Amino acid sequence: MSDLLTIAGLTAHYGDFQALFDVDLTLAEGETIAIIGANGAGKTTLMRAITGVAKVTAGSVTLAGDTITRLPAPDILLRGIAMVPEGRRLFPSLTVEENLLIGAHARTGNGYWTLDRVQALFPILKDRRLSPGTALSGGQQQMVAIGRALMSNPRVLLCDELSLGLAPVVIKEIYAAFPQIKASGTSIIVVEQDIGQAMRVADHVHCMMEGRITLSGRPADLSRDAIHDAYFGVSHA
Amino acid sequence: MMLIDTLAQGLLLGGLYALFAAGLSLVFGIMRLVNLAHGDLIILGAYLILTITTATGLHPFVAVLLAAPLMFGLGWLLQTHLLNRVLGADILPPLLVTFGLSVVIQNGLLSAFTADSQKLTAGAIEAQSVDLGVVTLGVMPLLTFASAVAVIFLLNQLFYRTALGRAFRATSDDQTTAQLMGIRPQNIFAIATGTALVVATIAALYLGTRANFDPSIGPARLLYAFEAVIIGGLGSLWGTLAGGIVIGMAQAVGASINPEWQILSGHIAFVIVLLIRPRGLFPRAND
Amino acid sequence: MILSRPLGLAVAFAALAVLYALPTIAPRAVVQDLFGILTLLVLAMNWNLLAGFAGLVSVGQQAFVGIGAYAMFAAIILMGLDPLVGVLIGGVAAVTFAVPMAFFAFRLNGAYFAIGTWVVADIARLAISQWKALGGGTGTSLPKGTAKEMAFVEQIKEMLDISSAAAADALTYWLMLTLAVAMLVASYIFLRSRMGLGLQAIRDNENAARSVGVDPVRLKALVFLLTAFGTGLCGALAFIQITRVTPDAAFSVIDWTAFVIFITVIGGIGTLPGPIVGVAVFYLLQRLLADYGTIYLIVLGCLGIAVMLFARRGLWGLFTDRTGIDLLPLAHRPPRHAAIQPKASSRAA
Repeated sequence: MSDLLTIAGLTAHYGDFQALFDVDLTLAEGETIAIIGANGAGKTTLMRAITGVAKVTAGSVTLAGDTITRLPAPDILLRGIAMVPEGRRLFPSLTVEENLLIGAHARTGNGYWTLDRVQALFPILKDRRLSPGTALSGGQQQMVAIGRALMSNPRVLLCDELSLGLAPVVIKEIYAAFPQIKASGTSIIVVEQDIGQAMRVADHVHCMMEGRITLSGRPADLSRDAIHDAYFGVSHA
Repeated sequence: MMLIDTLAQGLLLGGLYALFAAGLSLVFGIMRLVNLAHGDLIILGAYLILTITTATGLHPFVAVLLAAPLMFGLGWLLQTHLLNRVLGADILPPLLVTFGLSVVIQNGLLSAFTADSQKLTAGAIEAQSVDLGVVTLGVMPLLTFASAVAVIFLLNQLFYRTALGRAFRATSDDQTTAQLMGIRPQNIFAIATGTALVVATIAALYLGTRANFDPSIGPARLLYAFEAVIIGGLGSLWGTLAGGIVIGMAQAVGASINPEWQILSGHIAFVIVLLIRPRGLFPRAND
Repeated sequence: MILSRPLGLAVAFAALAVLYALPTIAPRAVVQDLFGILTLLVLAMNWNLLAGFAGLVSVGQQAFVGIGAYAMFAAIILMGLDPLVGVLIGGVAAVTFAVPMAFFAFRLNGAYFAIGTWVVADIARLAISQWKALGGGTGTSLPKGTAKEMAFVEQIKEMLDISSAAAADALTYWLMLTLAVAMLVASYIFLRSRMGLGLQAIRDNENAARSVGVDPVRLKALVFLLTAFGTGLCGALAFIQITRVTPDAAFSVIDWTAFVIFITVIGGIGTLPGPIVGVAVFYLLQRLLADYGTIYLIVLGCLGIAVMLFARRGLWGLFTDRTGIDLLPLAHRPPRHAAIQPKASSRAA
């Protein structure tokens, strides 16, 4: 598998505050990786740095050989990286169906995902297609947000904190859709606080703390203790 | 009956005010921009139509078809190079820039065309009227009102049934997330302002054929337009039509009592509506 | 670097002394010119306080100019009072009108507040046009010789050995100058007081300010009423010199608001010296382009736009940024309390 997305030495600041320190990360074609870590670890900042929302002060982001560092957000989408943002961020003035359609506004990608197929992935999207986006429950909104991102047939799908604020049974339902998403050829980066879910869905796991990656490996190879230490930054000795 | 006649005149006048206001409503709804030069841009449109008719001998109704794309381009340029640079959380810069623009346009027109009153001549149609039995209505006012309804209908179609309209609404909701969808807000805003100026040009056509105009009457039109938008409620185009009708009728009733009270009556209606319903008649649910 | 206080004050006093002495040393035309400049300066300082510091962008201050002027005319023509008393009445009338105006306008925010104030000012204009006793739509003039019969004019005439008309000019000039100085001093004291700090807090974040006990509505209303008073006084005084009042002139958006806004913005909105710089630029431009009518206004408009695009804090802001000199600093020093000493037994962090 070739490397699709390469992040090298990525550094980001919010004003004077440094949020990312020299982060290195690769995503191979067809792979799913998970980034775990506590609140404030820098996971969302990393996602925003990739999508051009947060300010990158050093380092590079490369997609299939093309440098895309510091490109404005619309251009990132056009290159084929779509984000399911933290907190879902559906458009209140748009219906569920319109929220899906807007995902394909700039880029349809000519791929597997069409409105019909996205609605088939999460049937609730068809049942409630005319409701205002924000009238749905949290879990349903998350499904809309994922569907919206899929509509552009992205090469890379970024999922920021899918499980936030959702009940376990709903989280399971959402992650149950992942095999189909993977089967369509999308490479995925999942940012999660739910470690169990992350480990189940990912080929590779990276743990972040205070803007740095503290641990990387395949789920099977990582012990609970190692993850605990990397997550919380305490020594288990 | 005198009252029905007055109310009918007021209704039709409301159509003209709704045309003044529709472009303003569109722009404010999408980007929260209050363009203090809007009235002067309408007058600019009138002078543009005048120039075209004088140069080509075309009828104003045809000239407006040439003027409209030019005004679209002007709106697009204005937004891209001037207004996009001052849009932001602070309301002062856009207000002051558009205020400056208003002064520049007024005096530019004054330099180019002098303070002489001008009028667009539509020919015999200006004097024609339609007898509906209970009231007689002028053809031009009827056309104006019909155009207002048509414009607002089309704008609503644009907003709610097209991909561009979706992009308008999404950008207005959440600029950052809209960008994540590949939408470029700067472009959206430019198209919106261009569209608003096209509507302003249509308004200019009816303003210019109805009465005399000169470079200084812009600000007053701005006030009526704003009153209509605010009465109607933010974000509702049909509300803007309702707002225009309220102002038009108030002015007509006031004028029928005493011609000097026309404008004052409109203002008072505005104040009364706002005291009762501070957010207007049909405000948007989420703001 | 803050200009050392003693030197700064000395320069200021010297400048003031020259300005006050002007009617004794300069020709009448200069005094009249300066009167006009000072009028705009007072209006600009008021608008600056309102929009630049309180965040209330009003396009309706001309209402107070007009009401002040008409109240003054009413006091003279209808009640036979002295013009100086009329000026005071003008100020009071303006504040009185400001109360219902605020009640209405404060229901609106941001740009809508701006339009709302404009509408109310227009209502005032239209309503006063119906006042037949003062000429209705065509207005009226001050009776001939009113200015010369003002209180103190006789004394000034004797003191300086000038004509009555020149004495009247001198009096109004001194009054306007005093009003300008008073306005500057009052603004400085207000902005450096606790209320001024509260105002700045509101400007930054209204909810946060509320949470620490600042009442935004009361503060803004206070500023609105005070500036209405100042603007009303100024308008009334100005029209003693203009001698003729019409609704359109008294409530002119261009003369009393547009120019004022440009002066404040170009000079530096939200800074105290801003209006002073702005008035100087304005006057300069007027002299340079006086013969070119509309071009002058176009230049003014373009300057205003340029300032908003490239130098939001105006010319004074540019100067301060470049040189670090701040003549009227508005930073607040924390209150002097004895620092509470931690107990010796507490552990160092």
